[in-house]
Amino acid sequence: MSAGQQESQEMTQPGASKIELARALLRNLEEGAEDEASDTIAQLAGFRDNLLFKEVGRMTRELHESLKSFVVDSQLTNIATHEMPDATERLQYVIDQTEQAANTTLEAVESALPVADELRGEARALAEKWKQFNSSKMSLDDFRAMNSELGDFLDATQHNSEALHAKLTEILMAQGFQDLTGQIIRKVITMVSEVEIKLIELVRIAGTDGQSAEDIQEEKAKNAMGPVVPNVEHGDVVSGQDDVDDLLSSLGF
Amino acid sequence: MKILVVDDFSTMRRIIKNLLRDLGFTNTHEADDGTTALPMLQGGGFDFLITDWNMPGMQGIDLLKAVRADEKLASLPVLMVTAESKREQIVEAAQAGVNGYVVKPFTAGTLEEKINKIFERVAA
Repeated sequence: MSAGQQESQEMTQPGASKIELARALLRNLEEGAEDEASDTIAQLAGFRDNLLFKEVGRMTRELHESLKSFVVDSQLTNIATHEMPDATERLQYVIDQTEQAANTTLEAVESALPVADELRGEARALAEKWKQFNSSKMSLDDFRAMNSELGDFLDATQHNSEALHAKLTEILMAQGFQDLTGQIIRKVITMVSEVEIKLIELVRIAGTDGQSAEDIQEEKAKNAMGPVVPNVEHGDVVSGQDDVDDLLSSLGF
Repeated sequence: MKILVVDDFSTMRRIIKNLLRDLGFTNTHEADDGTTALPMLQGGGFDFLITDWNMPGMQGIDLLKAVRADEKLASLPVLMVTAESKREQIVEAAQAGVNGYVVKPFTAGTLEEKINKIFERVAA
């Protein structure tokens, strides 16, 4: 019996041919035909090998398909090669921005506090003298001195309150970090969710056939890009407000 | 002068409102995206619009286009204050009819300068 016949028999009537072989084996043994008996045993063993080959073949094909969809899935490749390193840069930028905002705020507070203390100290000293003046216990010389001190104090108050205002504005502007870092963190969250979706998909591909989620990519392309992060590719971006002004004036603004 | 400040981050709206108060503008109102801003603008009475670009719901650029497409609002001065800094985006905003464009992070001085410039031009 050739391998081809054996396979076709096995395909159509696998049970029958095994029984036939078993009967043949019994016959061989009863007749004492040792060589024929060995052949029959080899043929019977062939059935098992054949099934094993088929199973290995099927698994190889599935593995190949899975690997193919894994490679073809460019979105995942993009996440691994671009977006993951981007996310790292973005998060590093968030740390830098929050640190910078905290330092700006602390420096402004540290330089504003002595100004406020100075104003309070001078006001306290003058209030003391003002009390003396009001209770008519002040000499003319002392009054003249207080008069000039009062003039200086009013000048200093104007100057110092302007300085305080500037410091408070600095603190105000430093809070802009919350908007900028918030936009960046949102982007990273979106990326992490995408990775999650792709990983779930991968798990699914490993089990059954794969299909990719094209709509996610499309949606992503439409989004605004958010703040510029150093070391992250953003395309053709301006380098600051001056650049914006130049561009707008070139457009007739 | 009634001003509408549109940004999805309330901290940024507060910053801009505070800067405007410093400049003497106290009648400021807030919206967190274009979808809420547009009906407010259509409700009438606003003299100036400051808007972010990147917002969930209706983005700033779409709000700008909607304002320019609306007969009653078409001539409303619009200043964009945004982190979006691609050249093509700035060109798009200019073509859509923006009156000024400030990139974040910005300084109090820059905002003041751009606002003054817009008002000078509107008055002229």
